[in-house]
Amino acid sequence: MPNLKDLKNRIASVKSTRKITKAMQMVAAAKLRRAQDAAEASRPYTERFNAVLGALSASVGGSDSAPRLLAGTGKDDVQLLVVMTAERGLCGGFNSSIVKLAKTRIAELQAAGKTVKVLTVGKKGREQLNREFGALLIGHVDLSSVKRLGYINAQEIAKDILGRFDGEEFDVATIFYSKFVNVVSQIPTALQVIPAAYEANDDDAGALYDYEPSEEAILADLLPRGVATQIFAALLENAASEQGARMSAMDNATRNAGDMIDKLTIQYNRSRQAVITNELIEIISGAEAL
Amino acid sequence: MANTVQFDLVSPERKLASVVATEVQIPGADGDLTAMAGHEPTILSLRPGFLTIKGADGEEQFVVTGGFAELSADAISVLAEMALPTSEVTPEILAELVSTATQAHETAAVDTQHETQKLLADLIHIAEHLGFDAHL
Repeated sequence: MPNLKDLKNRIASVKSTRKITKAMQMVAAAKLRRAQDAAEASRPYTERFNAVLGALSASVGGSDSAPRLLAGTGKDDVQLLVVMTAERGLCGGFNSSIVKLAKTRIAELQAAGKTVKVLTVGKKGREQLNREFGALLIGHVDLSSVKRLGYINAQEIAKDILGRFDGEEFDVATIFYSKFVNVVSQIPTALQVIPAAYEANDDDAGALYDYEPSEEAILADLLPRGVATQIFAALLENAASEQGARMSAMDNATRNAGDMIDKLTIQYNRSRQAVITNELIEIISGAEAL
Repeated sequence: MANTVQFDLVSPERKLASVVATEVQIPGADGDLTAMAGHEPTILSLRPGFLTIKGADGEEQFVVTGGFAELSADAISVLAEMALPTSEVTPEILAELVSTATQAHETAAVDTQHETQKLLADLIHIAEHLGFDAHL
């Protein structure tokens, strides 16, 4: 039986752990709200943008003159996977589930004889992928110093990717991120950004637009922005998912710490009672011996 | 009223304006234009410049740095990469934009240099219009 002092220390330490996880949960809840607001605020832009690009790509996409960002290079031999994860841990399975999806994809592509290149966004994803696929990593974007995600962060990532595309480093680019559903559920998602696949909205099919300057010029102007917009949307989803995952992970941790304290307290009380009983037995048997 | 349009100005980070307007002056890539109700459905790309919205409660002005506009008979949406109310534009913000554009111009390939030159000129024009020293 562990002695009383050890038990008491243990209880104190679990109690302070519980305080920390509780605080982290509350911080995550506040940050989650902010992240959700940001995601909400970006939605009108993304929706309009995708609708316009959908209409545009439907009318230009079929022709031979379609830009490479839309039509692709005609090959899919070199695949770029952009794995977007968090900069911090302690958020449940958030990082691991994204990495797991990416790893499955890497294995599939490699089995099909494709060349795979990986660009990581966020420290945690790089750490996990580095172990197994260190040779495939071609770059890393560090967002640890970014306090508040802005469109400019997405633009930088997009610029990096587009530069590599223009340099013919890859044929197909896919981003990996986690879609936020609610606090307990985030779905790791893969989305192909180059060549872009925009869906034409049926409602817009009737509206015939004039284009100024030409249709092709606008499309060529918009497609690179489309990459940035999709990355921005993914970054915001990821931020919300991360906080949601952290919140539920910390909620669980707080609850587990509570259970553990209860268990340890019972054990402590029993031990103390046993010690008292022991002492009484000693006293009584001592008195009887006299 | 038939001669007003729903006007929306959105940037990737937030919605900046959503008002009923009588006319909107848009800095199009091929020249400025004023859009009013009943405009032919048009998609046009923007150059850096001033976006002026005239509505029932007066005039609002924004500085936009590019993006595109979607015009239709009863609605105008401007999707700007960066947009700020003119009153919030500071010399520092413009100086940064100008220096980024200058850098882009200097490193641009010869065949795209006329575009970067135009972008730079547009930005300097904004700065001059607001009375800032463009060569900060």
